[in-house]
Amino acid sequence: MATLPSNQTDFELPLTQHPVDVAHALAPRRPATWVLSIITVVVAAQIVHLFLTNPNFEWDVVGQYLNSETVLQGVVMTLFLTVTAMTIGLVLGGVLAVCRLSDNTLLRVLASSYIWLFRGTPQLVQLIFWFNIGLLVPVLSIGIPFGPTFASIESNTLVTPLLAAIVGLGLHDAAYQAEIYRAGLISVDEGQLEAAQALGMKPVRVFFRIQLPQAMRFIVPPTFNSIIALVKGTSLVSVIGGAELLFSVKEIYSQTYQTVPLLIVASIWYLFITTVLNGVQFFIERHYGRGASRKSSSSLVARFFDRRAAERTLNRGMES
Amino acid sequence: MTLPLLRISELRKQFSGVEVLKGINLEVRIGETVAILGASGSGKSTLLRCVNCLEVASGGSIWVGDELMGYRQGSGETVRRLTESQIAVQRRNVGMVFQNFNLFPHWTVLQNITDGPRSILKLSKADAIERSMTLLARVGLADRANAYPRQLSGGQQQRVAIARALALEPALLLFDEPTSALDPENVSEVTDVMAALAASGATMLVVTHELGFARAAADRVVFMDGGVILEQGSPTEVFDHSQQPRTREFLRKTLV
Ligand SMILES: Nc1ncnc2c1ncn2[C@@H]1O[C@H](COP(=O)(O)OP(=O)(O)O)[C@@H](O)[C@H]1O
Ligand SMILES: [Mg+2]
Repeated sequence: MATLPSNQTDFELPLTQHPVDVAHALAPRRPATWVLSIITVVVAAQIVHLFLTNPNFEWDVVGQYLNSETVLQGVVMTLFLTVTAMTIGLVLGGVLAVCRLSDNTLLRVLASSYIWLFRGTPQLVQLIFWFNIGLLVPVLSIGIPFGPTFASIESNTLVTPLLAAIVGLGLHDAAYQAEIYRAGLISVDEGQLEAAQALGMKPVRVFFRIQLPQAMRFIVPPTFNSIIALVKGTSLVSVIGGAELLFSVKEIYSQTYQTVPLLIVASIWYLFITTVLNGVQFFIERHYGRGASRKSSSSLVARFFDRRAAERTLNRGMES
Repeated sequence: MTLPLLRISELRKQFSGVEVLKGINLEVRIGETVAILGASGSGKSTLLRCVNCLEVASGGSIWVGDELMGYRQGSGETVRRLTESQIAVQRRNVGMVFQNFNLFPHWTVLQNITDGPRSILKLSKADAIERSMTLLARVGLADRANAYPRQLSGGQQQRVAIARALALEPALLLFDEPTSALDPENVSEVTDVMAALAASGATMLVVTHELGFARAAADRVVFMDGGVILEQGSPTEVFDHSQQPRTREFLRKTLV
């Protein structure tokens, strides 16, 4: 504090020869950034070099199996499991989140208990549990509760590895998804809901037109996190004999002993799927980011789409 | 003498045992503009929020026209609380403008205004847009129809919020400190719109600290203190010949 002049008039403006114009100023010097960048590039180059030249990776074998029928079947199964489990997770998760936020105590307790149970136990344990459901409930029946039954089936016949996988992955995912939805929903300003109510909107409309769209900005990023986790989580299904991607490559390398190249085959496919998901995420985030910022988006791709959107609204405005 | 559009009788409101409104009686006649003054915490917002059921009253009653807000009278003495959906229908008759605008940020200005006429009044798209553009022109923002709320200044957002409330053609308009969140130089663009509304015969209940606006535009001024109405009368009666020391003290502090 003592170094500050006690009085503004103590300052003397530096005398410059020329008037200053910052229009063509240079970028600041950043030596540390340069050093770190060089180190990073060298290390990265070494890693790539290792990947390409180490004969143990057996890239020719990778190429040979990448499109093989067994592997492709595994990829399809992985995608199928991801989509079905994700659908269960997104829908059931939504129901759970709404229940957890409802005024009804019974619904709140039920939803919280579900989340507590399915989030609190390992996914692998749940998968094995569903696969062995026959040990707990040998026969499944449809009928009136505590009354007569109309049809029944043996659990072991019904619960194939596929069904156990879908149920196991989906129910586990729903517990996580419910919390993602809830976090998004409670992040929407209460004033928004009051304004919607004051306009005479009914509760369902307030939820779907005002609260949920604004919550989506906070829901989308963690949801893609969890979808990507789900893609990789499907590999757990190999434990109960579901013929997904990891199971397929395991089947091959257990006979050929080409473990490393086949794990690379699997990794390449997992990376391919998750990369596509990243792209989908970009567009969904853009959609729900409308109006969120005073600035218009800055990336080239974003600017291109912004211009298209602006033209569309302009045209719509003209029509009116 | 015109009919009372809003009739508040013996309204009481508690928050966890603390009484915030202690028996409010207030009537607003059709076409009247009533300004509510009072120190922070005196219960002005709570009173307004009770009128359109954003708060549930603890006692008393509120009538807007022939609707008992939030309730339905059964046979004899019974009164039954309405569901949220039924209350939503009652609220269509009461517009509200908030201190923080509360425009929907994910919708353009035009969407903010057309949504009510489209979804609630079931107007055709063309009619809704036409009505919205007329209202936007009235608040001086026809050229910002396709902007998003966050791209507007506070004063502009508040004028859009007024247009949004008007789009449903409510019988009664509630304003809760509509200029308190604005920079001083933006206040008049909003109070000008409100004064024009008042002059055009709208029925308005306005909580405000803009004494100039209250004096010029209000038919009646109500002074609230500690959850009761301490004094009310014409602007001249309250501003120039107040009977209450508390009112005079408040006016002196607010004018400085
Ligand atoms: N939701 C609430 N819970 C508890 N107390 C509240 C709540 N809302 C308002 N109050 C209290 O009620 C009193 C009146 O508040 P309010 O109506 O907002 O006053 P004003 O709008 O006149 O400033 C204040 O003491 C405030 O603390
Ligand atoms: Mg207030």
